[in-house]
Parts: sequence; structure tokens; C-alpha cells
Amino acid sequence: MPQQSSDAVILTNITKTYGETTAVKDLSFSVKHGELFGLIGPDGAGKSTIFRILTTLLLADAGVATVDGYDVVKDYREIRKRVGYMPGKFSLYQDLTVEENLHFFATLFGTTVKENYSMIKEIYEQIAPFKTRRAGKLSGGMKQKLALCCALIHRPEVLFLDEPTTGVDAVSRKEFWEMLQRLKQQGITIVVSTPYMDEADLCERIALMQSGSILSIDTPAAIKHAYPDELYAVKSANMHQLLKDIRQYASCYAFGEYLHVSGISENALAGYVKGHTDVIIKKVAPGIEDCFIRLLLKHE
Amino acid sequence: MNEKAITCKGLTKRFGDFVAVDNISFEVNTGEIFGFLGANGAGKTTAMRMLCGLSYPTSGEAAVAGYDVFTKQESIKKNIGYMSQKFSLYENLTVKENIRFYGGIYGLTNGELKEKGEGLINKLGLQGESKKMVGELPLGWKQKLAFSVAIIHQPKIVFLDEPTGGVDPVTRRQFWDLIYEAADSGITVFVTTHYMDEAEYCNRISIMVDGRIDALDTPASLKQRYRAETMDEVFYALARGAKRSAD
Repeated sequence: MPQQSSDAVILTNITKTYGETTAVKDLSFSVKHGELFGLIGPDGAGKSTIFRILTTLLLADAGVATVDGYDVVKDYREIRKRVGYMPGKFSLYQDLTVEENLHFFATLFGTTVKENYSMIKEIYEQIAPFKTRRAGKLSGGMKQKLALCCALIHRPEVLFLDEPTTGVDAVSRKEFWEMLQRLKQQGITIVVSTPYMDEADLCERIALMQSGSILSIDTPAAIKHAYPDELYAVKSANMHQLLKDIRQYASCYAFGEYLHVSGISENALAGYVKGHTDVIIKKVAPGIEDCFIRLLLKHE
Repeated sequence: MNEKAITCKGLTKRFGDFVAVDNISFEVNTGEIFGFLGANGAGKTTAMRMLCGLSYPTSGEAAVAGYDVFTKQESIKKNIGYMSQKFSLYENLTVKENIRFYGGIYGLTNGELKEKGEGLINKLGLQGESKKMVGELPLGWKQKLAFSVAIIHQPKIVFLDEPTGGVDPVTRRQFWDLIYEAADSGITVFVTTHYMDEAEYCNRISIMVDGRIDALDTPASLKQRYRAETMDEVFYALARGAKRSAD
């Protein structure tokens, strides 16, 4: 039986292998009711496997998982009524129109578009001018909005979004995250995955993932706070040479206009870049990507 | 020697009433890393297909590695390399077979294939994996291998279409090390990306909006012009005015 007090999603020691490849390794975490939770990591981290297990589309080899209090194996029928899922690959019916897709999914869940229209109104209005167009003929951004509407039309308790912003330009990504923030205000639990580290800061809590394991799990602020070293941003007239020069002595990675250097003192750093012109060195606060790199290197 | 790698003037492509690429003009210098940015649907892919000799422009003129895009498409193809995240290597061929296959297509002799192939495998540290199917390699290795294969014939220009999508932050940066190395060896790099920090690694960048090039300059000058702290802000300022969106 579901327990309202327990977390919206709970994974305990979940493992999944495909042949010799271990996709998810003894993974445990939970997501609170109403939380916006992010799985952050590159391709192959195990993000999609977790979504498929939680949406009851795939059986884990070992471990237990519940969604909204229901067991993913025993109570899969209950879970399917209560979750919305937007897979990484566009999975609506290309030959049906925008409107037809939406009505189809509403009917499938025993409801009507009219009944739950308030849930999708804001998003649907953006694609409503194209409601008689076939889904296959929509642009990438519109497909994404339609898929989100179809995942929401039965008013799910938990929404699973697998890499909704991959391959999407910076402006559309920003708009998508604004939509998620507004959905969250309606009380829905959202689990979202992304390979873009800058999106981590838009989640309440995140799990940084690599190769089927969690490197770190906490609020973005706490993860950044736990970065152990001083971090310096440095630039000069010749960035590629600068990178090669500093890398001999310290951990050094390109971060846009600057290089980020850690593991040495500011004085030592100033000494290593003596041969360069137009040098700027400043202390900076680490971002999630700095933390991810640090954890990745430690992990390996 | 200071010949332009790419020149284009008034380049336009129409599909019926739709102007996918609208009268764009720019030049790319030899050895430059040129970032070709734009929102989804801005016309980047269509422009890139014309420059790679895969599609004829409706009007305008362009030359790539000195060859005309109307009359010398086959010469263009021989003198460029191409890699994208979506299409790169054959998953069910081994590392060695892929190198041999692509090297052969690019016209390398058996002697060159052997020498370059071995050099490439050693450089990437793939000695233990050379007989493995490419499909078994981690994505990051695949991407690095795909890039190295795309420049195995030392082309004048390499076109990279979102080469770093989906890889981890360390691999993404290792990939840029390879790009810098290629540029140092004289290969001109033409690259698209959705990662705005990567725009900073380019010598110059252009930003396409609705088929036009709305801005083209060094990252530093663009930031100054748009009074922005980051390239992200520059991109947002330009692209949010876009009227169309597509894939």
C-alpha cells in the first residue's frame, strides 16, 4: 500500500546489466514529493536505464524501487497511471496530428483533454496554431512541447523527463526550464536528466552520474560548497600555450574565456605563467562543472 | 599563403518559398578555428551542406579550399574532412577497419594507411582496442577516433557538426585539445556547437538567426558590442529575436 509520507521515488540497491555492460551499479537514492530532481551526466551514465526501470518498462537485475509508494515490479499498473514519461527519443505518433496525439493519450489514461486542460494550457497554447499539423512535420521545439503536453494530460504525480533539452539551442533550453519551474509550482514531482552541467543549478537537488554510479548527490549549492580547493581563473594572450604550460604543474581545464586551475597557490600559479602576456588571474567560486570534473578524476 | 579557406558572398538557398539561407557573406582564414553558431532552424545545416559540396546554392557564390561550390563539388569533397555526432564511424567495423575504410575513401595509399593508421592508434592510446568493434568503445573514445579519422588525409578544412554532444566534461575538453592540435598543423576548423563555453575557444564566431548571419567577430569583440559577460548572453540577445524554429 502507498504511504503518503514516504518519498515520491525511492531506489534501493538497483543494478542493471546488459550482457557484459553494467548500466546501473548498486544505485540508491530518493526524490521527495514536489521536488525538481536532476540526474546530471554524460551518455552512458545510466540515466535512461533508471527512467526505464522507474516507469516499469524495464526490470532491474537486483534491488527495489518504488514510485509514489508503489513497487515498480508488483504494482506496475498503478505506477503507469501515476507517472508521465517523456523519453529521450521522440515517441509520439508521427502520422497523427497534434490534437489527435493529445486526445489519444488522454483517452488512454481514461480522461479527457478538457478535464485536465489547466495542466497543459500554458504549454499547449504555444503549439495550438499548429493543432491540425501531423506531429512528424513539427519543428524540434514544437515536438518537445507536444511531448510534454502528452506526458502531462493525465495529471501525473511524478513526471520523468529523459534529456528533454539535448540538441536544443541555448534559447529554447532556457524556455524549457522556465516551463519546468512553473510546473513545479503545481506540486508535481519532476525527475529530469541532462548532459548540460549548467542546467544542474536549476534543480533543487541533483545526482552527478558517471558509468552507472552516483559521484555525488545533494543540492547544487552544497555540492559546490564541498569543492575542496581554491580555484583560480586565468587567461593570457595565448590560451592554448597557457593550458599546456600550467597543465604540467596543476589540474587545469578550459572554461570558456578562462582556464580554471586548482591544486596550487596563487603565487605558484603567477610564477608558472611568467612567459605570458596580458595575464589575468582571479580567484573564482567553483561551478557544478568544476565539481563534476574533480569527482570524475577522483573516481577514475 | 594567406589564402582564404572559405569565402562566400550572397550565398542563398531556397526550398520553394522558404529561404533557409538568406544572402550570407563571410570569409574563414586558413588555420582559423571558426565557430558557426545559431538557434535550431537558423539554417546552419543547410549552409554547411552547401559548403561541403552536398547541395547546390540557389544563388550567390562560394569557394571552399579554393574550389567553387557550383562547379567543383568533387574537388571540395576530397579536400575537406567531416564529422558529426550523429554520423561518424561504422559501429560494426573494428577500429582498424574503420581507419582503413575511411582512409581508403579519402584516397590514401596502402603504405600511408598503414603508417597513418598506426600513428593514430598510438596517439589515441587505442593499441589494446584496435581489433574491437567501434560500437563497444565508450562514446568519448568514439568521438576522438571519429575526429582523427576525419583528418587522416590532412584535409585543408574539417567541418565538425556538434562534435561534443553528450560526452563528459573532461572528454569534451580533451576533444578541444585535438581541435587545437589540428589547427596548429594548419587545418582550418569549422565547428558548430550548442555549448556556449566552446564558442570562446574559437578564433572567430558567426551567429545565424533566421537564415542570416547577424553577428560575426571574435568572442571578445562580440561580448563588448553586446555589453555581455559571457557568450551565452550574446547568443541569447541575438537568437531570442528569431522568428522561426525547426530542427
